Amino acid sequence: MSEQIPEPKPGTMLNRMRERLVPEGMPVDDRGRMRMVVDSLILHLHPTKVPVNTLRWTYTWGLGGLAAVLMMVLGITGVILLNNYTPAAPQAYLDILELRSNVWFGELVRNLHHWSANLLIVVAVLHLVRVFLTGSYRPPRELNWLIGVAMLVLVLAANFTGYLLPWDQLAYWAITVGTSIISYIPLIGEWISRLALGGPEVGANTLLNFYSMHISFIPLIIFGLMSYHFWRVRKDGGLTLPKSIDGGDEPKPERVTTIPNLVRKELIYALGWIAVLLVFAMLVPAPLEGIANPDVSPNPAKAPWYFLGLQELLLHFHPLVAGIILPGLAGLGIFLLPFFDINPDNVGVYFRSRRGRSLTALATGLALIATPIWVVLDEFVLDWTGWLPTWPTLISNGLIPLAVLLLPLILLDEWMTKSFKANTEERVIFIVTFIFIAFIVLTTIGIFFRGPGMSLYWPWAMPAAVH
Amino acid sequence: MSEITSPTPEKAVSRRDFLKVIWAVFGGLAVLEVSGAFVAYLQPRLAEGEFGSVITAGAVDDFPANSITHVSNGRFYIIRLPDGGFLAIYHRCTHLGCTVPWDSTARKFICPCHNSQFDQQGNVENPPAPRALDLFPVSIEDGQVKVDTGTIIQRQSFESSQVVYP
Repeated sequence: MSEQIPEPKPGTMLNRMRERLVPEGMPVDDRGRMRMVVDSLILHLHPTKVPVNTLRWTYTWGLGGLAAVLMMVLGITGVILLNNYTPAAPQAYLDILELRSNVWFGELVRNLHHWSANLLIVVAVLHLVRVFLTGSYRPPRELNWLIGVAMLVLVLAANFTGYLLPWDQLAYWAITVGTSIISYIPLIGEWISRLALGGPEVGANTLLNFYSMHISFIPLIIFGLMSYHFWRVRKDGGLTLPKSIDGGDEPKPERVTTIPNLVRKELIYALGWIAVLLVFAMLVPAPLEGIANPDVSPNPAKAPWYFLGLQELLLHFHPLVAGIILPGLAGLGIFLLPFFDINPDNVGVYFRSRRGRSLTALATGLALIATPIWVVLDEFVLDWTGWLPTWPTLISNGLIPLAVLLLPLILLDEWMTKSFKANTEERVIFIVTFIFIAFIVLTTIGIFFRGPGMSLYWPWAMPAAVH
Repeated sequence: MSEITSPTPEKAVSRRDFLKVIWAVFGGLAVLEVSGAFVAYLQPRLAEGEFGSVITAGAVDDFPANSITHVSNGRFYIIRLPDGGFLAIYHRCTHLGCTVPWDSTARKFICPCHNSQFDQQGNVENPPAPRALDLFPVSIEDGQVKVDTGTIIQRQSFESSQVVYP
C-alpha cells in the first residue's frame, strides 16, 4: 500500500482540515476500511512473509502464541474481577462468596481467570522446553531466552500473589509456607520476607501488598517484556527453522504470506483454546475453602501446586539447601545455557541428534525410576540427623545428602562421556532432561502422593484433608 | 583534513570525563535515594493492642503448673513448667511457618505441615524444623503475665535462662 501523503489542495481552511482528517486514497467501503486497520496491526507484529515449514503444528506446538492468548484472557477477566473485590480481610473472602452466588457470570469469570492462570504456567514451561529441545536459544537468540525466563519467573510471581487474594484457608497457608522459604536466604531473607508480608506473618498488610503487586507492577512489567520478546523474535530473524534429525542440507524453505497463512492458523488455535477454557470454566469451579484462620493450619498445608516440587525438596533437605541453593543452581544453569551450548549447526533439530534423542529417552527413564526410589528411601531409611545427632542440621540434613545426590549425577555424566562418546550438547541435553524430569516427578509426588502430616499415600487411598 | 589539536595540554582527567563521573555519581545517589524511600514507604506498620504489641495473657494464678495455654490473638502459648516458671512460645513452626498445635496425648507440638515435632519447652524432637520454637519475652507485673509479641527471640534449643519466674 502506498503511503504517499497527498499534497494539500487549495481551498478553505475547513477543507484542508477535513483533508488531513480523512485523506484520499483510503478504502471507502466498510470491509476495506476494516481490512486496512487489521492488516496493518497484524503486520506490525508479524513479518509480511514467513517460512512455510515454521507453520507446522508439530514444530512449535503454538505454545508461545497460546501463552499470549492466555495473558489476554487473564488481563480481561482480571480487570472484570476488580469490580467485585476489596483487598481487605475479611471482606476479600466475603466478596468472593458474593461473586460466586450473587453476581451474574461472576463464578464463570473467576473460574476462567483461575484456570487460565494455571494453564499459563504449564504452557510457559512447555514453551521453554520446546525452545530448549530444538536448541532455539542459541546465538543470536540468547537474550530472548533470558527475557522468556524472566517472564516465566514473573508469571509465577503473578500466580503466587494472586493465590492469596481469595483469603481462604488454602490461600493463607500456601502463602505462609511459600514466603517462609524466602526467610532462609542468608542475611537478608528475614528482612525481605517481612517487607513482602508487611509484618511478621501473613495478615491484612500482606493482602494489600500482594494485591497491588498482582494488579499493577507484575502485569505492567510482563506487558513490557512481552512486547520486547515479540520484537526480539523478529530482530533475531524469526523462528528457528525446523530441520530433520538426519541433518543434510535442506533447500531454503518456501516463504508464504503471513496474511492469511499464519494469521488463519493463529486465529483457529486461539479460538479453539478459548472454547476449551470456557467449557472447562463452566464445568470445574475454582477451589475455595473456609475463611483464612491463622490459628489452624490445615493438614496437610501445601504450597501452590507449581511449588510442590520445591516443597518436596524441603521435606528432604535443610531449607537453605532445598529452598535457596538448589533453586539457585538451577536458575544459574538456565541462565548460562545459551552461552555454552552454542553449536549453530543443528538448531531446529529436536533432541540435537539421533544419539541426543536416545540420551534424552535414557535420562527420562532413569529420572522416572531413580526419583521415586530416592524419595521412598529418604522417607523410610535415610536418617541423617539421627545418625549424626551432634552435627549442625545444615550439614547433616543439607550438605551431606546434597553431596550424596550430586555424586551419581557426576558419575552419569562421566558415563555419558566415556561410553557414549557424548559431546557437550548431548551431555547438556542428558543432564538437563534428567534434572527436569526429576523435578516433574517430585512435583507429582507433592501433588498426588502427600497426605496428612505430609506422609506418603497412594492417591487412591488418600485420607481426606483436615481443615 | 588537518589534525585537530586540543587547545589545553594533556590532563589526567578531561573535563568530559569529569562531568561523566559527576553525572554517574549523582545519578547513582538519586537511584539510591528513591529506592531507600520506596523501601521505607513499604515498611510494616503495627497497630496497638494487636499482634506485635505487648499483650496481657492473664493473671499468674490462671496458669497451673505443668500447663499449656494457647493465647490466640497473641499467636503464642503460655507454658508453665512444673517448677512454676513461664515461657511464651510463638505458635509458628520454625520450618515453614505453619501454626503448631499442642497434642495433649502425645505431649508434643506436632506440626501438620511437615511433621516437625517439638517437646514442651519447644525443643526439636523431629526435623525438618531447623531450630526450637521461637520465644517472646515474658514479664510479670502486678501478678499479670505480659508478653511482648513485637520481639521474636530465635534460639537453637531450650536453656534454663529463658524461663521467667514470678
